[in-house]
Amino acid sequence: MSTEKTTTTVAPSAENPEAAAAAAPVVDPRLLVREQGFAGYIGEFKRRMRAGDLGSVPVIVGLIVIWAIFSSINSRFLTAENLSNISVAMVGTGMIAVGIVFVLLLGEIDLSVGSVSGVAGAFSAVLAVNHGQSEWVALIAAIVTGIVIGIIHGFFFARIGAPAFAVTLAGLLFWQGLMLQILGDDGTINLDNDGLIAHLTSYYFSDVAAAYGLALVAVVVFFLSSFLDSRRRHAAGVPSRPLSDIVLRTAVLAVVAFAAAIMFNQYKGLPLALVIFLAVLVLTDFTLRRTSYGRKVFALGGSVEASRRAGINVIRVRISVYAIAGGFAALGGLFLASKIQAANQGAGTGDLLMNAIAAAVIGGTSLFGGRGRTWNALLGVMVITSIQYGLALQGIATPIQYMITGAVLLATVCIDSITRRTQRTAGRA
Amino acid sequence: MVHVSATPVLALRGVSKRFGAVQALTDVELEVHAGEVVALVGDNGAGKSTLVKTIAGVHPIDDGSIEWEGRSVQIDKPHDAQHLGIATVYQDLALCDNIDVVGNLFLGRELKRRGVLNEVEMERRSRELLNTLSIRIPSVRIPIASLSGGQRQTVAIARSMLGEPKLVILDEPTAALGVEQTAQVLDLVERLRERGLAVMLISHNMADVKAVADKVAVLRLGRNNGVFDVKSTSQEEIISAITGATDNAVTRRAARHGEAQK
Repeated sequence: MSTEKTTTTVAPSAENPEAAAAAAPVVDPRLLVREQGFAGYIGEFKRRMRAGDLGSVPVIVGLIVIWAIFSSINSRFLTAENLSNISVAMVGTGMIAVGIVFVLLLGEIDLSVGSVSGVAGAFSAVLAVNHGQSEWVALIAAIVTGIVIGIIHGFFFARIGAPAFAVTLAGLLFWQGLMLQILGDDGTINLDNDGLIAHLTSYYFSDVAAAYGLALVAVVVFFLSSFLDSRRRHAAGVPSRPLSDIVLRTAVLAVVAFAAAIMFNQYKGLPLALVIFLAVLVLTDFTLRRTSYGRKVFALGGSVEASRRAGINVIRVRISVYAIAGGFAALGGLFLASKIQAANQGAGTGDLLMNAIAAAVIGGTSLFGGRGRTWNALLGVMVITSIQYGLALQGIATPIQYMITGAVLLATVCIDSITRRTQRTAGRA
Repeated sequence: MVHVSATPVLALRGVSKRFGAVQALTDVELEVHAGEVVALVGDNGAGKSTLVKTIAGVHPIDDGSIEWEGRSVQIDKPHDAQHLGIATVYQDLALCDNIDVVGNLFLGRELKRRGVLNEVEMERRSRELLNTLSIRIPSVRIPIASLSGGQRQTVAIARSMLGEPKLVILDEPTAALGVEQTAQVLDLVERLRERGLAVMLISHNMADVKAVADKVAVLRLGRNNGVFDVKSTSQEEIISAITGATDNAVTRRAARHGEAQK
């Protein structure tokens, strides 16, 4: 019967792979190997676009389009002053979006981040102004508060098993109530204009060397780390990036970094807020992609059951991710309070929550979990803040701003869904 | 044929398991030696999965004993089984689609260098492991989602090998695979045997069983229904043991005649 057939088919195929493996131990004939040189980049790029592996391309294209439109309408848009203001204003929402990226990687959502940022701002203002604590103490206390709030959300989601959507929706209302309670009857607490929290967004490194120096350090560190990594891979006999590739990437980074540095130096200099934001992005990106903790977060976004069987403590990772989201929401809240130099009843309400989630998603983080980077938050928040500032320059009112931001978010989510479908047909999701 | 050790790696002695009113396993005996592939077959509900789970530590046994390399051991939780050197590859593979092959192979036991993931070493070891098992996949740096069902299965099996187990349990490894992919997985089973591992293969497919197994243990309604040597047993005999077709009017009459003649 079929028994005979199976054994005979098994035997030759048992011989073949070994012979093939001896001849070409690593490369499978079916693998599309990239051509060397510049033609290779183009070919690889086209193939990835077709497979729905869009990465950051849509948002970068979108950002260029938005900037082109606004600068053609109003010549003041692409000035150093406006761009510098955008890059300071975006940090508050951007910090919150970084926390959202962590939550989205799990395939979950955190609706409370806006309210948490408001609580943090109010709490720090009460400590610093009403109780006369040092602003350092107020700042750290606010961030710790955010982390504790995140742990509470994480506990109810991960340990009790309540849906994250519902838990954080409850949080949205609860923490907003707490913020109003903390602020009391006055409703607004003005911060010290010259204090630490105010300086978060008002301080600029006016020395031109600061911006150029940071750009130079970024380029050199990027090149050296890529180069050393490539050399280690080469030494270990695994495929490594060719030098031409590294040089090309470094060159692109150098152009962007120095263009930004020149732009900042034409206005007040390098903003402190942006330096902190970039540091946070580097740190979180490193955590997500280079540590076993980050690997666990991605694994949970891919398959909870697989993670559990691999011995990952699912509950602990989930709680920690919500703690991170809470911590970054608080940090974002401090930057937002710093921008207006006050904690008021409107903090953390309105479109803040939606903007933070939109920033993460627009940047390319998937709502379905397991795909995304914290750098996406930077690109996404640049898009959103650019739209806000561009419309404000034209004197277009908030209602129209809301509608346009909403349309951009919808477009992005559609792109996410379509790329996911394309990826599935191309066997990549 | 590879040398088979005298002491079985794993031996079940009179194992029983109850779930409420259901007696899932009754006095099951089973031996698996190093360098031997034992196929565990049986109809739906025969207790195959339950037996696997008792060995893997998911369900502790109620009665009987489990012997590991001649010593009596307690397997109360999955960790105990892993600690002994039992690796189980379940039917639903438990791989993360969004993570690449290297990441999946080392999931939960990542190699680190100064607190940071040592991607280079993990990639090197992954290639080494896949090469020694002659597993061919296009690249170790593509997400699992890009692989075919058979390739995923081989990755899942390769992953179980990283813990250097002595016994590998494969739950329906060829279910839902195509012809060529099934052949790949069966090749891999043979390579595990050549490396001196004990393999327990749960399968519904008689062709697969005949192709790679040395012994076939049949379960029927939670009891042993014979252990057969694959080479000297026909497929019909095994199937009748599975379905219980041996227990019919003809066989009973034959048995009575046999007794009468004595």
